[in-house]
Amino acid sequence: MSVREVTRERLGAALWRRPWLRGALILSPPLMWFLVVYLASLVALLVTAFFSVNSLTGNIAYQWTWSNFSQIFTQSVYGTIILRTVIMAVLVTVTDAVIALPFAFFIAKIASRRSRQAFLALVFLPLWASYLARVYAWINILSNHGVLPSIESHLGLPITNLAYTNVAMWIVFSYLWLPFMIVPIYGAFERVPDSLLEASADLGAGSWFTFRQILMPMILPGIVAGSIFTFSLTLGDFITPLLIGGSSSNFIGNAIYDSAINGGDLPFAAALAFVSIAIMAVYLLLARLAGAFDAI
Amino acid sequence: MNRPRFLRWVGAGAGALLFSVFVVPIALSAPAGASLGTPPTQSIKVPSSIGKGEGKLNIIAWEGYTQPQWVKPFEKTTGCVVNVKYAGSSSEMVSLMANGGGHQWDLVSASGDADLRLIYGGDVKPINIKLIPSWSEFEPFLKSPSFNTINGYHYGVSFEFGPNVLLYSTKTFKVAPTSWSVIYSNKYKGEVSIPDNPIQIADAALYLESAKPSLGITDPYELTQTQFTAAVNLLKAEHPLIKKYWDLASQEISLFQNGAVVVGAAWPYQTSTLKAAGAPVNDTIPKEGATGWADTWMLAANAPDPNCAYKWMAYMSTPKIQAEDAISYGETPANTLACPIMNTLEKGGCAAYHANAPQSYFTTIKFWKTPLTTCDNGTNDCVGFTQWQQAWTQITG
Repeated sequence: MSVREVTRERLGAALWRRPWLRGALILSPPLMWFLVVYLASLVALLVTAFFSVNSLTGNIAYQWTWSNFSQIFTQSVYGTIILRTVIMAVLVTVTDAVIALPFAFFIAKIASRRSRQAFLALVFLPLWASYLARVYAWINILSNHGVLPSIESHLGLPITNLAYTNVAMWIVFSYLWLPFMIVPIYGAFERVPDSLLEASADLGAGSWFTFRQILMPMILPGIVAGSIFTFSLTLGDFITPLLIGGSSSNFIGNAIYDSAINGGDLPFAAALAFVSIAIMAVYLLLARLAGAFDAI
Repeated sequence: MNRPRFLRWVGAGAGALLFSVFVVPIALSAPAGASLGTPPTQSIKVPSSIGKGEGKLNIIAWEGYTQPQWVKPFEKTTGCVVNVKYAGSSSEMVSLMANGGGHQWDLVSASGDADLRLIYGGDVKPINIKLIPSWSEFEPFLKSPSFNTINGYHYGVSFEFGPNVLLYSTKTFKVAPTSWSVIYSNKYKGEVSIPDNPIQIADAALYLESAKPSLGITDPYELTQTQFTAAVNLLKAEHPLIKKYWDLASQEISLFQNGAVVVGAAWPYQTSTLKAAGAPVNDTIPKEGATGWADTWMLAANAPDPNCAYKWMAYMSTPKIQAEDAISYGETPANTLACPIMNTLEKGGCAAYHANAPQSYFTTIKFWKTPLTTCDNGTNDCVGFTQWQQAWTQITG
C-alpha cells in the first residue's frame, strides 16, 4: 500500500472510531455561518448598546456606559412608545385571531375539498403583492379623497377620516398579518378528526360545549403559533406607522430608525432594539408554556 | 440526550472568536474627542488636476438636486454614472457619512447645520478650489463662507441657498397667510404638516421672536434654556394640530395631494412639484421671516471616485446648471452669471428667485446652523444639539 492509501485508511478509521469528529466536520460550516453571521451580529448589537456617541460629530465613543438604558427607562416618551407598540401588537393579534378562527374552521371543516383549495389560495393571494403596494392601497382607501369617504358620502353616512391615525394602523396591520394567523389555525383544525366531533355529539354534548371542551384545547397551540407571527411582525414594524400613522404613531421601530438614521446614535438604537428583543423573548416563553411549539 | 462534546468546544472557539473580533479592537481604540481644534482632515493633500473619471459617482443629496435634466447630460459627457441616496434631514446626512466610514460616498449636498459636524467629524476633506473654474463667478459671500471654509481650507464648494416656506392650499386660503401663526392655530387642527426634524425648533423660535418679544430671542439657533423651553412648549402645544410629521419631501407632497393637509412648513421643491402636478397650492414667506439653507457640495474623506466628484462639483457650479436647479427647485444660485439664463428658462425667473439681489436677500434668511452650547458672544448658556434632538423626540413621541 502506498503512503497515501495508508493515510486514507487511518483517517477513515479515526473518523469511524470517533463519531463526534464526523459530526463536527459535517456540521462546522453551517454552524460557523450561524455563529459568525447570526450570533456575532447580535453580540455586536449588545456591545454597541453600551457605548455612546459624540453629539457634534456623530462618532461613536467606545466607553462603557449604562446611559442608553437609563435614558429609555427614565424618559417617559420611550415608555409611551414601547407601550403603544405592545398594545398595538396585542390588539392586532386578538383581531386576527377573532377573524381567523371562524374562517379557518369553515375552510377546514365545512368547505368542500375543491373549494377548500380555492379559499386557501385566496388567503395566500395578498402575499404575492408587495407589502408597500398593499399599504399604499389602504392609504387610497382611507384618505380624504379615498374610496371609503366617497362611499360614505354616497350613502349619506358621516365621513370618517381614518388615514394617518392609529385606527388606520390597526386596520392595516390586521389586514397585513391575517394570513399568518389563518394558516396555523387551519392546520390545527385539520388535525382534529371529524369522528371526535361526532362522538361528542353522540354523547349529548351541545355545539358550544364541544367547541369549548373538545376543539379549543386542540387548536390552542395553532392560535398561539399564529399569534407569534402577528405579534412579532407588528412589534418589529416601522414602515406602516411611517406611511399611514399619524402624529402620535411612533413605534419602537421608528424610534430605532430615528436614533440610527436621523440622530446618528447607533448605540441608543441598539439599546432600543434590545427592548424589543426582550419583549419578544418574554412572549415566546409564554407561547412555549401554552404549548405553541408542540404543533410545529 | 447528552449534548455532543464537540458542540461545547465549537462554542468555546466561537466565543473566543467573537471576543477577538469585537471586543478587543473596541478596547484598544481611543475615545473620540469633541474639541473644535483643527479639522482632522486639514492636512490631506489636494489634487492639482482632475484625472480620468472612475465611471461612477455616489451622492447623498436633497430630493430634487439630481433631476435627469442635468444628470443625464453629465453622465453622457463624463461617463460618470450618478447614484443618488436622498436624505430627509441634515442629521441623516451626517449619520450616513459617519457610518459609511466615507468609503461608500463621494459627495454630499450638506446644509450649513451639517457642515461643521462633517468637517470636525473628519467625514469630509479639503478640495482644490482652483479645479472649479466657475467658482470665480460666485457671489463674494458664498466663495469662502465660514460654514464651509476653515483656516483658508475649502471643504467643498457652495451650491445654492433658499428659505423654508409656508405651503398652503389655495382652496382653503383665498388670500396668502401672512404669519406662521396658521400652523400653530386651532383653526386648522389635524390639517397641518411640518418636517420631522429637530431643527424645526428654530422655526418655532423664529416665530416667537416676534410673537413674544419678551423672550428676547435674537438668533433662533442660539437659545437660552428659557427661550428653548418656550419654543419646545409651542411645538408640544402644536402636536395635536399635526396630521403628520413628514420625513421625505415626497411624503408631504402626497399629504397635500390627497387632501389630508392644507397648510405646512415645506421646501420650495414641494411647491414646484405640486404645482407641476396641478395641485391647488402656493407658498409664501410670512412676515416673521424664514429659516433656510445654504448648501455645499462636500467631498467625502475617503471618496472612492474623486475625479468624478470634482467633475460634478465643477459641472454643478456652471451658470447653466445653477440656473436650471434654481428654477426647478426654487432657490437662489451662487453663480452670478446664472441670472440671465434663469430669465430665458422662466420669464422673470431671475428676480423671482432673488438672483439679482442675493446679498440683501441672503441676510434676511436665518440659515440653518448647528446649535452649540457655546453662544456667539462666547458665553456657555446656549442649548446644544443633543438637547434639541432629545426635545424633538419628546415632542413627536
